[in-house]
Amino acid sequence: MTKLWSWGALLFGLVYFTLPLIGMTEFSLKMRRGEYSFDAYAKVLADPKFQETFSYSVLMALVTIAFGALLVVPTAFWVRLKMPWARPYVEFITLLPLVIPAIVIVFGYIRLYNTSSWLPLTGTAMGTNILLMFGYATLALPYMYRAVDTGLRTIDVATLTEAAQSLGAGWGTILARIILPNVLVAVLSGAFLTFAIVIGEFTMAALLNRPAFGPYMQLLGANRAYEPAALAVIAFGITWACMGLIQLITRFSKHTRAQR
Amino acid sequence: MQSSTTAAPPVARAARRRLPLHWLGLAPFLIFAVLFLILPTMHIVLGAFRTPEGSFTLENLRGLNTDQIKAAYLISIKISLASALLGCAIGFAVAAAIVLGGLPKFIRGPLLTFSGVASNFAGVPLAFAFLATIGPVGLITVYLKTQMGIDLRLLGFNLLSFWGLTLTYLFFQIPLMILIITPALDGLKKEWREAASMLGASGLQYWRMVALPILFPSLLGTLALLFANAFGAVATAIALTGSSMNIVPILLFAQIRGDVLGNPHLGYALAFGMIVITGIANGIYIWLRARSERWLK
Repeated sequence: MTKLWSWGALLFGLVYFTLPLIGMTEFSLKMRRGEYSFDAYAKVLADPKFQETFSYSVLMALVTIAFGALLVVPTAFWVRLKMPWARPYVEFITLLPLVIPAIVIVFGYIRLYNTSSWLPLTGTAMGTNILLMFGYATLALPYMYRAVDTGLRTIDVATLTEAAQSLGAGWGTILARIILPNVLVAVLSGAFLTFAIVIGEFTMAALLNRPAFGPYMQLLGANRAYEPAALAVIAFGITWACMGLIQLITRFSKHTRAQR
Repeated sequence: MQSSTTAAPPVARAARRRLPLHWLGLAPFLIFAVLFLILPTMHIVLGAFRTPEGSFTLENLRGLNTDQIKAAYLISIKISLASALLGCAIGFAVAAAIVLGGLPKFIRGPLLTFSGVASNFAGVPLAFAFLATIGPVGLITVYLKTQMGIDLRLLGFNLLSFWGLTLTYLFFQIPLMILIITPALDGLKKEWREAASMLGASGLQYWRMVALPILFPSLLGTLALLFANAFGAVATAIALTGSSMNIVPILLFAQIRGDVLGNPHLGYALAFGMIVITGIANGIYIWLRARSERWLK
């Protein structure tokens, strides 16, 4: 009886989740009348706008990951080592982006950093890019911080630091050569998740008027029939790849740890 | 660490003198959080209570009291609540099936991985997937029409509606529920079930009087998180409906782009309303999660 129920629930989930995936895949192949073809993909991939916006978003994702790691790893390390009492407060701040909708945050950016303000970031394209990067870092903060903090829990931060210090290492050396290698898996998990979030992000890029992949997809969706489905398949593939890589590196690291 | 506790007072004094330096390590993070998270939000909140000249007013909040804005909030709350409730119920059923339902073990790993993917597959592409499936010329719509003679449109179904959006949002709501509730279900101890059945409880009684009360805080808490998740979703809604649907995120998006409400400070009030609603939902979540963690250790 329980088993029947379980299979029923699983089957329902399977149907609900596979149908849209089948739907978008089938639709993306239908561009040529009467037969299946990859025409929609060819058309999308050959579109210079696609190449431009996609590489822009990839670049933004990479910069965001670098900035996020540089910000989060030292902070999480420092909090664990020197200010454990501050951990709940820092954690609370990192969770705020889940509470405040992205559209509200970017609305604040537009009003706070416009050309007539004390920090006119939106005045230039470069400044807006930097602002968008900070916005992405904010969106990724809950995931990045949680991943790194969990990673730090598995190592003895205090002992490692003292050992390194007694061998004459400075803070930079400790962070780069002791802490980072030890939480690399956690940082990479956070990085792939950040990549998956940034690559298709729409709201912030659209409102800051940057030529990112998300707004491009939306524009194409409003004007074309088959290409959006192809884009959806590509985006799903990217998300899948990011999650798969997270699984892979966690499994890989468990493997090496077990051997020790 | 140990040496500093046993050492003489001078070291302790040195530590006290160095205390402000501890804060320096946190400075980059705090500066970032203040500049790009807290100040922008504060600016919106304060802006909601300010006239264009800068003095205090409640006029902006009162300005929300129009039929269009009230309707937008109402349908937004309805969609968020429906997708959160259904996401909770279905996600719980699937999670319970893999944890307690006696399904083969090999299903669990791939299902959780897929949940990770699907919960992140939101935004514009998700809207495309649903348009290609149950949109006007989507796979299911066409199949039902040509093979079975059922016209979804004649039955009153429209993707650009309350149910259409809810159905689409469920695609990221259900997996999120599965990801959050699976550890909680793992935390249900076998002994509790055995003890209950030893005292003569039926399966239903066990669920009603033991398992559900323990899970209740995590269930209600996840419900709050799912609610906030749907309430703030902008990209999916815009890609799905253009700007034809009157919900709060779309209205705010249009207001930021082109001041459609004709009063910049009404935008602040609109955004403030969003913060209040998601804030309440998440406040409930944080409070209940703290309570449920006491039981699931």
